[in-house]
Formats: sequence, structure tokens, C-alpha cells
Amino acid sequence: MASTVAARADTFPKLLARNARDFAARPAMRHKDLGIWQTWTWAQTEEIVRAYAVGLSQLGLKRGETIAIIGSNRPKLYWSILAAQTLGAVPVPVYADAVADELAYVLKHADVRFAAVEDQEQVDKIQSVQDRLPRLEWMFYDEPRGLRDYDHSRLRSMEDVIGDGRKALATDAKLGAWLDDEIATTKGADPSIILYTSGTTGQSKGVVLSGERSIAAATDTVNFDHLDENDVALAYLPLAWVGDHYLNFAQGLVAGFCMACPENADTAMADLREIGPTFYFAPPRTLEALLTRVMIRMEDAGALKRRIFHYFIGVARQYGERILNGEKVPLTGRILYGIGSLLVYGPLKNVLGFSRVRVAYTAGEAIGPDLFAFYRSIGLNLKQLYGQTEAFLYVTAQPDGAIYSDTVGPACPNVDIKIADSGEVLFRSPGMFTGYFRDDAKTAEVMTPDGYVKTGDAGFFDDKTGQLKIIDRAKDVGKLNDGTLFAPKYIENKLKFFPNIREAVAYGDGRDFVTVMLNIDLTAVGSWAERNNVAYASYQELAGHPLVYDMLEKNVAEVNRSLAADKMMAGAQIRRFLVLHKELDADDGELTRTQKVRRGFVAERYAPLINALYDGSTEADISTEVTFEDGRKGTISARVRIRDMKLEPVPRVRKAAA
Amino acid sequence: MRAPDSESKTRVGDVLLAVEDVSLAFGGVKAISGVSFDIRQGEIRAIIGPNGAGKTSMLNVINGFYHPQQGRITFKGATRAKMRPYEAAAGGIARTFQNVALFRGMSALDNIMAGRTLKMNRSLIWQLLRFGPAMREEVEHRRFVEEIIDFLKIQEIRRTPVGRLPYGLQKRVELGRALAMEPELLLLDEPMAGMNLEEKEDMSRFILDVNDYYGTTIALIEHDMGVVMDLSDRVVVLDHGIKIADGTPAEVMKDQAVIDAYLGVSH
Repeated sequence: MASTVAARADTFPKLLARNARDFAARPAMRHKDLGIWQTWTWAQTEEIVRAYAVGLSQLGLKRGETIAIIGSNRPKLYWSILAAQTLGAVPVPVYADAVADELAYVLKHADVRFAAVEDQEQVDKIQSVQDRLPRLEWMFYDEPRGLRDYDHSRLRSMEDVIGDGRKALATDAKLGAWLDDEIATTKGADPSIILYTSGTTGQSKGVVLSGERSIAAATDTVNFDHLDENDVALAYLPLAWVGDHYLNFAQGLVAGFCMACPENADTAMADLREIGPTFYFAPPRTLEALLTRVMIRMEDAGALKRRIFHYFIGVARQYGERILNGEKVPLTGRILYGIGSLLVYGPLKNVLGFSRVRVAYTAGEAIGPDLFAFYRSIGLNLKQLYGQTEAFLYVTAQPDGAIYSDTVGPACPNVDIKIADSGEVLFRSPGMFTGYFRDDAKTAEVMTPDGYVKTGDAGFFDDKTGQLKIIDRAKDVGKLNDGTLFAPKYIENKLKFFPNIREAVAYGDGRDFVTVMLNIDLTAVGSWAERNNVAYASYQELAGHPLVYDMLEKNVAEVNRSLAADKMMAGAQIRRFLVLHKELDADDGELTRTQKVRRGFVAERYAPLINALYDGSTEADISTEVTFEDGRKGTISARVRIRDMKLEPVPRVRKAAA
Repeated sequence: MRAPDSESKTRVGDVLLAVEDVSLAFGGVKAISGVSFDIRQGEIRAIIGPNGAGKTSMLNVINGFYHPQQGRITFKGATRAKMRPYEAAAGGIARTFQNVALFRGMSALDNIMAGRTLKMNRSLIWQLLRFGPAMREEVEHRRFVEEIIDFLKIQEIRRTPVGRLPYGLQKRVELGRALAMEPELLLLDEPMAGMNLEEKEDMSRFILDVNDYYGTTIALIEHDMGVVMDLSDRVVVLDHGIKIADGTPAEVMKDQAVIDAYLGVSH
């Protein structure tokens, strides 16, 4: 039903008007403020957005202009997006944790005259680069704290802008009609939003998405997952990320469901539990952190609880997934699983906030098979999707009942996928972008002549399942000197599956053997250290501790065993490894804002370590510059040890990884 | 665009609390002898000194926990001889302790709520009933407490028993509880003891914010000289119960008696 109505509304403001009519009294937005969940219905949302739009237009925002949206998931920032779109202006969300430099780049490139920001932190950041942004006129803020003494000649609170708009609407009867006109004037093909990519490869690019395409894509997936106005989602992912804009904003408007904003980033876990969303998305990283936390807390539980937990998790491993997939399971299995649900899985899902989740997705990185199986086995309908910003997220998604941990599903409805001769995945989809903002050369680069978009990912369709399998970035797949296939991500993902290892970077292309640099997970290793009386004063000291090396050596050996079992990859076993003295960090440019490793940059930055990995030395000195959260810079120096690994014999009997 | 520094100094007003010639002894041990200084409205006043200099005793004298054998204390124009801690609390003096003194089994929220006790007007019976006016009153206080929670950015630990919290956060909850009293004078006894650098920076920020946002006058004891120099408007230095210096951080830093007694002889 949603599809027929949505087809007529080809922009988000039109959808908002429809929702305000059809779902007037239903919740559209929730936000926890001062400890209490505040709710706005669709009708209230429309009223606020209209007032906001009038307020913005009075300050000079015009059709076709851009407005930056910077901050965490807050109702007023989502309303800023809608208010801008109401006027036919184009919102440009920017990652809230972007450092001033990145911010300046995006704001300048997008040519913004206005910026809607969350709080003092963002205002300060913009002001620190203001001389590079001569076009910037107004900043609007949500959170007034700390801004009282600031010069307000070019700064206003959103509350005031909305209030002014509301007054104007009340006094001038023609304004309402004018606003309706503005909404009607916006065509579906006009740019709806510009999302800047996280920049895995170099400088970020502005992906322009149109209203009609965004809505067409969201309508397809809303139908695919049977979402409707009774669903609830927690908007806790970065507002500037395509995933949040798609899953929560676009799908929310199309289906008319409620989007809940957490109190702040740290409370998201507790808020998840309170809201009990029915639709949930989490990157593998988050799922992993959750599981790690559960496991650590179970270690501290009493012996009886611990035994019950481990026994029933075993039961779930055996039968859970089969029950979820609707396969045949012996009666004893069903009974045991039923008891497990009562004693373990139910309470566990409740604690994690998953009790009401109907559809859950994960994407962004490969997910460890055990991790994936764990969540599915306790009854969470977790599925994988594959997509990117240029596609407005979805390219493939797994349908209920056909779930595999190593594939990402068949093409979504109305999506067309081709595999290029080079192995690169190409797609054509209803939601695909119209181009990169002010960058025709780059746009031409990623488009094929017949209208497909190059994803930059290497993959193939799995014979057994018919689903797409992504192995790595197309340009990252390389070969060792002896010709063995080297897919770094494949190895890294196997390593990262261990709770002790937070991040791994593998090298080997054009080399004689494979080496890796590891980051320990401070939560897991710290807790281990506590239990084993290992004293440490800093991350650096813990990372370099011989006992930590011993522990990680076992993990690496395990990965080597599993690599050896795979004919294609047996030659690419890890010969040497080291543990980095600092965490890879987006602020230092080592990770993207979506927490993906920038392999090339890391290789450059840690060149002395990589040289040492290949020249046989047992330790190496490294000194790196680090950027603190407030933008100050400092230097960390360390001596990092290198461990040699024994290789597993090839070929050998296949042994199940524990 | 931030208000210039000179402007923020004008917030310092008249004398809020004056200590005159105060002496305190425990039997034969003289903790404080003949100390005089004042705390002005709106300033951040630091009390420093080596171990056993009488800093904590001084705070205890100010909030009525100890009664000095000699001397006078004038708070808001009223000179007093003897005062009980609860009278000090009702009069607008709140404090935190050198060792965290929270109700460990209670949540952060309940701990901060406890700070509102003196502001609650309904009787115990009413509050037990949690009905009608008592309920309305509780809602009002809860709102105030939630604003403090928001202010100190501790939303994520609202429901966590404070015994499970790391030390730095416990200190922050303690500050929250003191703020819940809406004090005119806030006494902080080593608010940053045992903290790491990041926690210290956070706490410094909060102390400055409390002073700026709520306009609260603050007297603090601190060992970290960097913190004292950054935060305080004026510093009084005690050594063996005697005041050896009083002035701006820069003045005190230069004072030879201070360098010798507290910072050690320079070389």
C-alpha cells in the first residue's frame, strides 16, 4: 500500500505532508531529553518543519542553495533537513566527529551559506576555520549551553528560527499557501540531499541523491521487509552516513514509522532497551562489541549462571539457526531451545534491546561467521546487505530464510547487478545517485557507458546460494611474489573475529610472505589483564606486554590453521606479526569516519615497522604524530617487538576452527 | 567570539565569606593557628599547602564540622560562633569530600536526588505516600536533578549504582550531589585526587562551567599545581596551620616562602 501512495509523493516534504494527513496522531519522532522520552506526532512534525522552513527563508535560504547539518541524531537536525528540503534547498550532513579541517573542506566544497549545528563544540569548530569559509553566513544551534556569551550577529538558536517562522505563519495568511507552492514546485528529479562519502579512498566526494530515486529505493525495501507505521527504529548511527539517512529517515518517511533519537551517544545502549525497536541496523563492529561485553560480564557471573549460560548457548548453536530458518529440528532440540529461550535467550535479548526486533541488518564489513551465527542462534533475525552511498545504500539484501554468513544476498528488487571481467561488481538501481557534486570527472570515472555504477569491490555470485559474495576492495586484492592470491581483508577479518583483536592490517601484495599489524581490544585484553594480574599503566604498555604477545600468537596460529585448510589461501599464511603501540584512529586519518582502515595511509605512516617486518629484525622504533580530540597534536614513540610464526603444513587434514 | 577574559573577572563581587584569626587545635596538636582570609562572591578560591597543612581542617571549619577555639567566621554578613553542618548546608554551603562519600548502593540519580533533601518541603509521611503535592514536588526536584545530570554529562550512568562506577565518575556524581543543593558556596576537597589527566581536564572544565553557568562561588583544595594555577582566581597557601601567602596564582608562585615550604627549594 505504501508503494502506491509513495509513488505520487516524489520528495520528502510531500511525504511528510502525506504522513501528517494519514498518520496524523501517530508518533514520528522521539527523543530522550532530561531523562524523559518526548514524542512528536507526524502532524506536530509537519507544523514544526513548516515553521522552521519559513524561519529559514526569512534569513535568506533559497531554492537550490546548500545548508550544512552537523551533529548527532537529534530531532531538530532531522527537522533542519526537512525544512531545507521544503524550500527546495539541499541539506549537506557532515559527520559530527569530523575534525575542523575535514569540516572546512566539505563546507567549502558544498558552498554552504548556512549551517545547522548541534552545540557549542560544532560552533567552535566552524569558527576556528571561518576564514576559509567566506560564504558562510548563519549558524543555527540546537543546544544553547555554553553559547550564551557568543556574538549572536551570525548565530541563532533553532528554537528562535522556528519561533519566528511560526509567528510569521500566524500573522501572514499568504505564507502558508506560498509554502505549499514551494513544496509543489520541487521536482522529484531535483537534488534532495548531498551525502559526503567517508573517503576510504582519498578526499571525500559529495554524492547527490534525488528525491524520487531515494523514495523509489526506500519504497522497494519497505515492501521487501514489510515495514509499516507500527515499526520503530533507533537513530543512533551517524546522521551524515547514508545508512542513517536511508534506514531511518527515508524508510521512516515512506513507511510512516517512528524514529527515536537517543539521549546521547553513550546512552544508545540503554535507550535501545527502552525503545525496543522493531527494525535494527548495526555494523559488525557494534555487534562484536556487544557480544564481547556480554561475554566479559558472563565471566564475572556466578558459577551456576555461567554454566546455564554456556550450556544453552551451546544448545542455541546447535538448533537456533535451524529453528529460525524454519528447518526440521528434533523434538528434544525444540524443547531444549524453548527452555533456553526462557532462561537465557529471552533475557539476553531483553538486555540488549532486541526483544521486539523483527528485521535486523548488518553491513559495512564482513561479519565473522561465529558472530553472525551467535545472534541468529538466539533468535535475532539478523541479515546481511551490501550497498554504498552511490546506490543510496541497498544493492543486495538477504531475504528471510536464505541467510548465509559469507554472502550478502541477491540483488534487491529492481536492482541490476553485473560482474565486470576484472571481478568488480557493477550495479544499476532505483536509488542510484545522480552524480558527484561539482565533480563530473569523478562521476564519469565510476559510471560505465551503459549506465552501471562501479562499486570498487571485487566479488562473484556464489554457485551454491546464488547470492553475491564480496571478497575485498577490487584494488586491494593482490598477489604474493610466488603468485598466491592475497586478499588482505579476508585475513584481517579472520583475525578481527578474535575478541582480543580490535583491528588488523595485513600486508603481502608484491612481497614474499604475509605480515600483519594488530591492534588489541582494550576492553577485552584489559579485562584479561585484570583477571591474570598483568599490571599495565597505558594502552602502549599493555599492547607491548610479552604475555599479550603470547596470547595473540595463539590467535594468529589459529588463523593460519584455518587459512591452511583453504586451498586458495594456504600460501598466504601469516609469517610475522606485531602489535601496534597505539589504536588506529580516525582523527589521525588512519581510519575513515566509518572506522575502515586506510591501508595505504597506514603503510606510509608506519613504514619503519613494515620494513622491519620484512627485513627480519625482531624489533623496531616508531614515532608517530597523534591528534587529540580537541585538535591538538602530540607525538607517541615506542619500540615495537615483532614475532615470527610457525607456518601450518599444506596440505593438511581439515580441522574445524573452534 | 567568547567574552573577553577581563569581562569574566568582573563577576567577582563582595566578600561572601570571611575567616578571621581562626585557630583550631585537637588536644595539643595545633591544626590551624590564626588564619585569616576571605572568599569573594563568584570567585574560584584555592587553598593549597603540603600534607598536614590544615587545608581539610579549614574546610571543615567553614562548613561547621569543626568548631574553632578562636576566631570568627562571617558568611553572608552574619558572624557566627558555632554552627552545625546542616545549618551550613541550609545556609548555602555544599561540599564534596577527599574520599568519595556517596551512597554506594544507590544509583547516580538517587545520590544526586539526596542532595535535594533540604529543598523538600513536604513531610516524610507525604513523601512516603508519593501522592498529590508530594509527587508534584518530587517531579520538580527530579527536573532540577536531570538538568544537573545533563550539565555534568552523566546520562549514561543515571541508573548505575555508584559503587560500580570508576573513580572519576564517582567524583562527578559527588559534584552533582553538591550542586543539587543549589549552594552559594561550594567546597571541593581535592576534586581531582587520584584522577588521570583526561579525568582532571574534564573535572576542571566542569568546575569552570559550574562557576560560570550557576555563578557558584567555589573554594577548592588541590595538590595539582597546574590545575590550581589554571582554575583559581586567588590562592591561599597554608603550611603547618599558618597562612604563608595569599594572592593570585602568579603572585603565589613567585613567593619565596611558598616555594620553600610547598614546592620545595628550587635548584
